[in-house]
Amino acid sequence: MASKTEPAVRAGETALGSMSKDELLGLYREMVLIRRFEERSAEQYAFGKIGGFLHLYIGEEATGVGAISVLKQQDHLVTHYRDHGYALAIGADPNAIMAELFGRSTGTTGGRGGSMHMIHPQRNFWGGYAIVSGHILIGAGIGMALKYQEIDGVSLVIFGDGATNGGAFFEALNMASLWKLPVIFLCENNEYAMGTAIEYHSAVPKMSTKAEGLGIKSEIVDGQDVLAMREATQRARDYCTAGNGPYFLEAMTYRFRGHSMADPETYREKDEIEEKRATDPIPAYREQLLHAGKAEQADFDKIDEEIEIIVEEAVQFADKSPWPDPSTLEDFVYADEY
Amino acid sequence: MASTLAELEEMQRRAQDAIQQNESGEREITYRDALREAITEEMDRDENVFIMGEDIGAYGGSYVVTRGFQEQYGRKRVIDTPIAELGLVGMAVGASMAGLRPIVELMTINFSLLAIDQIVNHAAKIHYMFDGKFTAPVVIRTASGWGQLGATHSQTYEGWFAHIPGLRVVMPATPKDAKGFLKSAIRGNDPVMFIEHSLIYRNRGLVPAGDYTLPLEGAEVRREGTDITIVSWSRGLYLALGAAEELAEQGISAEVIDMRVLRPLDAETVIESVKKTSRCVIVEESWRTMGLGAEIAAAVQEHAFDYLDAPVGRVGSIEVPMPYARNLERLVIPGKDEVVAAVKQALA
Repeated sequence: MASKTEPAVRAGETALGSMSKDELLGLYREMVLIRRFEERSAEQYAFGKIGGFLHLYIGEEATGVGAISVLKQQDHLVTHYRDHGYALAIGADPNAIMAELFGRSTGTTGGRGGSMHMIHPQRNFWGGYAIVSGHILIGAGIGMALKYQEIDGVSLVIFGDGATNGGAFFEALNMASLWKLPVIFLCENNEYAMGTAIEYHSAVPKMSTKAEGLGIKSEIVDGQDVLAMREATQRARDYCTAGNGPYFLEAMTYRFRGHSMADPETYREKDEIEEKRATDPIPAYREQLLHAGKAEQADFDKIDEEIEIIVEEAVQFADKSPWPDPSTLEDFVYADEY
Repeated sequence: MASTLAELEEMQRRAQDAIQQNESGEREITYRDALREAITEEMDRDENVFIMGEDIGAYGGSYVVTRGFQEQYGRKRVIDTPIAELGLVGMAVGASMAGLRPIVELMTINFSLLAIDQIVNHAAKIHYMFDGKFTAPVVIRTASGWGQLGATHSQTYEGWFAHIPGLRVVMPATPKDAKGFLKSAIRGNDPVMFIEHSLIYRNRGLVPAGDYTLPLEGAEVRREGTDITIVSWSRGLYLALGAAEELAEQGISAEVIDMRVLRPLDAETVIESVKKTSRCVIVEESWRTMGLGAEIAAAVQEHAFDYLDAPVGRVGSIEVPMPYARNLERLVIPGKDEVVAAVKQALA
């Protein structure tokens, strides 16, 4: 997917040229970690180890990994409920993420939040949120704090195409644009609002149109291309931190699995899914690195093996972890004592 | 029942005199000025404190609480927002998480309905859901009240918010409480629904000079008595005190309790009072059905059943959306006479 104004160089080429082998392989590693982690999560869900909802990110790894890879220590991240991938990409411990899925005391929120509310405070990941479009305001509010305190950072807010129809979306974008807040609004356009296709849920086919209407600079990116995502997010970050106000990225992506594990997927054709699977970002990136001579097959094999061990360990860790202590049930309702 | 606003105000003034006899302090100022002092003192103390809301800057605030603030503190710290309640509350929640101390003014509590997802689903849950690692210390100031404003602008919703774990809900009746509570709310780490009342902004009361805070907990006995306990809060307190004054002339000694903080709810003070008086009447401006009065009455019967000599009486609004016509509106909201009648029924 080309951006609106055709760039002089192909998307991703700048990053490919400027990044070290370790950095390039780091992106591969994160995508594979998310893929394998979520495959194992799906299996554990089927075993009944994980309850409630489980929204897999499989197929969309390049979007989150590419975008999050440019975040600096002073930046912030707020996302929707399909959030295990972001938690892994920003460096939360895979053991703690799996333990949270299992509802154990060693999880990222000690079993309080569950799959839709992962956090990583050390990197300002303020959580996945499960009310569609509500969190866009929180991310914009964090952008407000950055500007108020004159901190040289951005707030990256990730949401899906479905969230662009909510009132919170328009209210957040209007105020962020009005007040020139350093917020990157990253819309993951995976073409479905849960099971409802774009043509049935949005009056316009491009979500970025809505941002442009509010005076926000926008760009459409190939969300299946991790380097293109990285470059675009870097552009967005530079734009925001220069005081220009918010930036809207529309990443064209696709989820290979259902909306959640409970989704029977009656709303889309098998052919469509097969066609989209050809855009799988992981083999595409592997080919890209091999073709550019940036890595060898042995590099990938080594990473693949490491990831298998990490994911296996996460499952073991979660399974062995204790349940939350019942005596803590009423802790943290309030931050202050009374 | 009082039939004109002037009569209502006169009744409030007399009721306030009763409060002042029980308090000591340095200055008599209005409820509105107490709020203004709380905000400016906290803004002077901490540069992360700011205020945002609809028409709070150039316009000065619908209830004139923030007049002149924008000239004093600038547009960075006194922010006029779009008319988008969900948005402005949500922005404040995010800003509060990231280290600021936002005070949001929601023009009236009627508009809190537009923001309810951010208040209930986000602000109230963030500390618990994220295992105590994050807090959302946003203060949402808003005004309850009525006065020929019609059905959509005359609603009384403190009970809705008091239902929610994670929120602190205060509804101060006196200038002293208004200032002390607001300063505590701004400094505290919990989200606070700070509910004012449009018909008591001009009430005056004794307020200590300078800095003080009041803990966001605990009901207050405003008048001691032995025959019956009358429980209320916000403007209802003045009805209760007015009724107590009239009852005293008839030889009935009423104890009057101001709930002040509606979540966490201090039922204990009411229960202790009922153990002494054996009778109780609860006065609220909201609809009785599923309301705060129902909760307080339940607490009394759970914990003081053996002490009760009569069923707990309840005075509330007639269960209709608010009509506009003055005579009809006066019929909806309870007056002092209904409180007196409910007390007499409990004593019969």
